[in-house]
Amino acid sequence: MLTFIIYKLIICVAVFGLSLAVAAYSTLWERKLSALLQDRVGPDRAGPFGLLQPLADGGKMFFKEEIIPNVSNKFLFILGPSLVMLTALMTGAVIPWAKDAYVGGTLYSMQITDINIGILYLFGVVSVGVYGIMIGGWASNNKYALLGSMRASSQMISYEIAMGIAVIALIITSGGTLSLREIVEQQDAGLANIVWQPLGFIIFFVCALAETNRAPFDLPECEAELVGGYHTEYSSMKLGLFLFAEYINMFISSAVMAAFYFGGYNFPFAQELYDAMGLADGSKWIAIIGFAAYFTKIFLFISVFMWIRWTLPRFRYDQLMNLGWRILLPLSLLNLGITVVVEYFRGHITF
Amino acid sequence: MLLGYTITQWLFGILSFLSIMFGLMVVFSRNPVNSVLYLVLTFFCIAGHYLLLNAQFLAVVHIVVYAGAIMVLFLFVIMLMDLNHDNEPQKTWLTKIIAGIAGGMLLCVLVGSLKGSEQLGISQYGSSQIGMVKNLGKVLFSEFLFPFEIASILLLAALVGSIMIGKKEIK
Amino acid sequence: MQLTNRSKVVSNKVQTAMEQLYLPGILKGMLITGSHLFKRRATVKYPEETRPVAPVYRGWHVLKRDENGAERCTACGLCAVACPAEAITMESAERKKGEEGLYREEKYAKVYEINMLRCIFCGLCEEACPKEAIFLTDRLVDTEYEREDFVYGKSKLTEKVDKRIDVSKRQTLAVAEFKKLPGLKHNEMWDSKKIDKGNKH
Repeated sequence: MLTFIIYKLIICVAVFGLSLAVAAYSTLWERKLSALLQDRVGPDRAGPFGLLQPLADGGKMFFKEEIIPNVSNKFLFILGPSLVMLTALMTGAVIPWAKDAYVGGTLYSMQITDINIGILYLFGVVSVGVYGIMIGGWASNNKYALLGSMRASSQMISYEIAMGIAVIALIITSGGTLSLREIVEQQDAGLANIVWQPLGFIIFFVCALAETNRAPFDLPECEAELVGGYHTEYSSMKLGLFLFAEYINMFISSAVMAAFYFGGYNFPFAQELYDAMGLADGSKWIAIIGFAAYFTKIFLFISVFMWIRWTLPRFRYDQLMNLGWRILLPLSLLNLGITVVVEYFRGHITF
Repeated sequence: MLLGYTITQWLFGILSFLSIMFGLMVVFSRNPVNSVLYLVLTFFCIAGHYLLLNAQFLAVVHIVVYAGAIMVLFLFVIMLMDLNHDNEPQKTWLTKIIAGIAGGMLLCVLVGSLKGSEQLGISQYGSSQIGMVKNLGKVLFSEFLFPFEIASILLLAALVGSIMIGKKEIK
Repeated sequence: MQLTNRSKVVSNKVQTAMEQLYLPGILKGMLITGSHLFKRRATVKYPEETRPVAPVYRGWHVLKRDENGAERCTACGLCAVACPAEAITMESAERKKGEEGLYREEKYAKVYEINMLRCIFCGLCEEACPKEAIFLTDRLVDTEYEREDFVYGKSKLTEKVDKRIDVSKRQTLAVAEFKKLPGLKHNEMWDSKKIDKGNKH
C-alpha cells in the first residue's frame, strides 16, 4: 500500500513537473521558432542558446508589481487564473506516457490513472477550464476583459461540439473504448488511426487550436481590438499563469493528438527494433524509447501549432463562428457517417 | 471505518452537505454571477454523487453538459446584463407570498414523490456495472430506444423553435 | 495613365470553392514561412559583432589642436554660415598675452556649441573651415536623457591634449589641396573678407 502511494506520488509529481517544464521551454521555443521564421536569431543571451530565458522570464513575472483593480471582485479575480492553471494541469492525468515497465520487479504503469472514461474526463476538464477565463474576465470589471471572456466561452463551446463528434468517429474506429491507454494500445498492432481518420484529424486539429485559444483563433486576447482581452487587467504572476496555462494546454492537446491519431508511444517497426535489441516486454528501455518517440511527436505538434501562429492572421469573429458551425460541424457529421460505413465493411461494427 | 461509518458514507455525507449548502447559496447570494458559480459547484457535488453510485459516465457527462456548456451560457447572459441594484424591479409582499406558496407546493410534490418511491423498489438494474458506458449504451439503445428517440426529437423541436424565435423577421 | 504593369485590378469577385476551403491557401502560406527557416539570419549580434563603419563616416565633431596643443579654431564663423541646419553657434574672444600655447590664432572661440539634434552630419562645416580646425569623426553621438544635453560645448568637442583624435582619414592631402582650389566659395569669402571676422554669429 505504501509503495503504491509513493509510486502514485512520484508519477503525479513527474507529470506535473513535466507539464510545467515543457510549458516553460515551449515559451522559449515559441520565441526561437518565430525568430527563425522571420530571419531573426531569437533570445540567446540568458545562458547558452538562451536556455535560461524561461527562468529569467518567470523571475521577472514574479517580481512585477501586483495590481488588483479597486472595483473588481477580489476573490474571483484571483480564482480566475488559478482555475485556468488547475484545469490545464489536471488534463495530464489520463495520458499514457509510455509502456508499462518493471522497476525493481514490479510492473508499473506510466500513467497517473487509466480510467475507462478517459476521453470524457478530458472533455469535462477542458469544458470547466473556460470558467477560469470567464471569471477572470468578468471580475476584472473591464469591458475589454469582459468581451474577451465572452469570446472565449462562445468559441470554446462552439468548437467543443465539432471536436466531440470527431472524437466519436475516432472511438468507433478504435473499437468503442473511451480509455486513452486502450486507444494507444490498439494502434500498436494495426495502423495508426490517422490512416482511418484523416478528416477527423484535421477537424480535431482545428478545434484544438480553437480550444487552446491559439492563433488564428486567439480572439479572446485579440490585442488589436481588445487591448489584452480577458487578461487586460492582470499583471505579475497572475498574468503569467494565464499565459503559462495556454502553453500547458498546447502541450496536452499535442499529447492527446499524438495519442489519438499517431499511436502515442508506438512507432513504425517498434517491435522489430525491440526484438533486434533483445528487449523483453516490460523492459525499462522499451518505456524510455517509447517515451522518446511520443515526445518527438508532441514536439512536432507543438512546433506546428507555433508555425501556424506565426503564419496565419487572426480570424474575424463571424468567420470563426461560420467555420465552427457551418463548416466543421457538418464536416464532422459527414466524417462520422463515413466512419460508420467504413467500419462496417472492416467488420468492426455489426448491426 | 471512521466513527462507525465507511468511507463511502462519509463521502456521501460531505457531498450531500456541500450540495445542499451550495444550493442554498444559489438562492441567497445577492449577486447573480455568484449564484451561477454556486450552481456550478452544486453540479460538481451532484457529479460526485453519481460517482458514488458508480455512474461514471453520467458524472462526467453531467459536468461536460451542465457545468461545461449550459452554465457557461447562463453565465454568459448574466455577465452581459446590467446588474445595478437600483433598476431591479421592486417586489411587493404579495408576490413574495405567492412565490412562497408556489415553492412550498413544489416541495410538497417532491417530498411526496420521494415517499412514493419507496414502494417502487430500487431498480431492476441494480447491478453495480450499470453506470459503465458500454452497459448504459446497450440499455439506452435497446430497451429504452423509444423514450430515447422521443427525447431527442423533443430536443430537436426545442432547437428549431429557439432558432425561429431568435431569427429576426422572415421575409 | 498606366505607368507600370504592377498595378492590380481590384474586384469583389466571389471566392471559388477551392479558395473557400482555405486549406490550399493556408498550406501555401505555411510553406512560405517555413522556407524562411533556411534563409540567412538578418541579425547582427551587436556587442560581439558590429556593422562595418565606413572609413569616412560622419559622426561626433572634433575641434582639432595643432601639434603644440593649441586650438586651431579662430572663430571665423564660416562653419556656422555653411551649416544648412544652423546647428553651430560660437562666441569669439581675443587671445591675451601668455595664451599662445592655448590658441593658435589671435582670435579664438570662447564658446563653441553644436546642437547635435539639429546637426545633419553633412560635413559642410568641415569643408568650410579654412583652419582645418573642425572635423567629423566616426564616433557615435551619445544618448542622453535631456534635450539640452545634446548641445555639445567645447568640453565635448575639443580634443584632449593627451588624447588626440585621429582624423587622417578625412584630412588627406587631396582634401587639403581641394580646399585651396580657387573659385571655391568659402575661399572666396575668406579672401575678400566679406565676412566680419570679429563678430559672433
